[in-house]
Amino acid sequence: MIERDQVLHVARLARLKLTEEEVDRMAGEMSKILEHVDKMNELDLDDVEPTSHVVELQNVLREDVPRDGLPRERALEQAPDAAEGGFRVPSPGQG
Amino acid sequence: MSDLLSLTAAQQAELLESGELSPVEAFDFWRERAAGDDLGSYLWVADQAPDDAGGLPPVAVKDLFCVEGVPSGAASRILEGYRPPYTATSVRNLRAAGAAVLGKTNQDEFAMGSSNENSGYGPVQNPWDRTRVPGGSSGGSAAAVAAGTAPWAIGTDTGGSIRQPAALCGIVGLKPTYGAVSRYGMIAFASSLDQCGPLTRDVTDAALLFGHLVGRDPCDSTSLDYPEQLQRPRAERLDGLRFGVWGLEEEGLDRGVADVVRGTLGTIEALGGGVEVIELPNARQGLAAYYVIAPAEASANLARYDGVRYGPRTGDGDLTEMYEQTRRDGFGDEVKRRIMIGTYALSSGYYEAYYGTAQKVRTRIAEDLKAAFERVDFVVTPTSPTVAFELGERTADPLAMYLSDYFTVPMPLAGLPAVSIPCGLSEGLPVGFQIAGPAFSEGRILDAAHALEKAIGFEGVPVT
Repeated sequence: MIERDQVLHVARLARLKLTEEEVDRMAGEMSKILEHVDKMNELDLDDVEPTSHVVELQNVLREDVPRDGLPRERALEQAPDAAEGGFRVPSPGQG
Repeated sequence: MSDLLSLTAAQQAELLESGELSPVEAFDFWRERAAGDDLGSYLWVADQAPDDAGGLPPVAVKDLFCVEGVPSGAASRILEGYRPPYTATSVRNLRAAGAAVLGKTNQDEFAMGSSNENSGYGPVQNPWDRTRVPGGSSGGSAAAVAAGTAPWAIGTDTGGSIRQPAALCGIVGLKPTYGAVSRYGMIAFASSLDQCGPLTRDVTDAALLFGHLVGRDPCDSTSLDYPEQLQRPRAERLDGLRFGVWGLEEEGLDRGVADVVRGTLGTIEALGGGVEVIELPNARQGLAAYYVIAPAEASANLARYDGVRYGPRTGDGDLTEMYEQTRRDGFGDEVKRRIMIGTYALSSGYYEAYYGTAQKVRTRIAEDLKAAFERVDFVVTPTSPTVAFELGERTADPLAMYLSDYFTVPMPLAGLPAVSIPCGLSEGLPVGFQIAGPAFSEGRILDAAHALEKAIGFEGVPVT
């Protein structure tokens, strides 16, 4: 069971602001989904290697030659607030 | 020019090749079709043929593919108005082959969903029955091809997002081997699973489009050179091929769907193929593993949407409040749910129990499929446990929605290719038949699918 305070903790980690109603709903939904997910434990998984990736590739390298990146003004074009060649954000505040 | 509607994309390509049809004529015909769509399939339609329209008919592209200067937002409000400064490699490859971008298709937000109801811009209706879903997450691409508002389309598949909507709309959908197609420029959902592939009217079109998508890309270090030259599928018989059937006894499989799939097994035998029942002992836990791995990777991939570099920003107050409010306002319910599940599964103290365990299940499922392919050439299943369901039917129950992916999830977990082809109707709605094979067996899968398609003779939804 996921409790309200766990939902709030995870929401903080995920930088999501939830309404009171969402916190309650999320607790129920997450509990139900995780209950289903727990079925994984019905399998015998001792000594099984985890798979993080299906392609067996190592150290894919390219030639180390300089090339142009995205021009600064193009990178800033889509920003909600760009100023002086950078992304402007609110002050980090006290927190 | 209305006879273009009755031609497959490959047939149109022949006319373009011979000069009987000009690229601009083809583009304008399809542009008008796309602009007239009334199912909600498109989020954006091109207004004129680009200079590089050429030897292939234009292609409808799922919204999550970045196309330079064209709205590309994975159907999320958090990317409202975003016009990327670059183009996805898959789309560039298609353009280089002569297929212009026709439009951007609707989808579940960030490809999270099985009904297209999670789009930030409204649902898509199924052309077979407008009160039903087209499937998802590539629902707009599937509906557009089925309804004849696009000659063909591309989408992405993470747990079934190409195959399931293809099945529910009565068209062909191919999820390629992981690494066959570059993921560069695809707005990421779950990076170890996501793969781009075609949604088409028939198997020949799927092979043609797939052939232009493949190849190693320096911008995606998980992409590989396709190991063989892809041929146009021509098989008409299945002699000597062995098909392993999985899942026909599963609880939750609709009886009508099972009956149609059994009929297709009979067709396989009539064409000379062998059918046997196989077990994938760990695949039943595929959904559980998938619904840890995909949300975990998504929670990391979606951390970048913070109101700093692109998309709208909301909130006054300090930086943290800006992040939290921007994400609250920009993400829809399902995306929030998956971010929460993923963040929880990766958080300190739970990582091993969830993500670690899921990765082990993933190994087991890959081993099951490997063992199966030592006995049979292909694993076949129903693509979806049910036909297209009613709009709104499953929105209140996330878990019921997730069960739509039951048969499609094991393949991406193992990185393997699979196609869905229409194999008949149940309750007047299309049923999909899934054919999976070992890594890089797309040529053989499509050949077998071609033989079956010919024998089945499925008629698409009447298009006007």
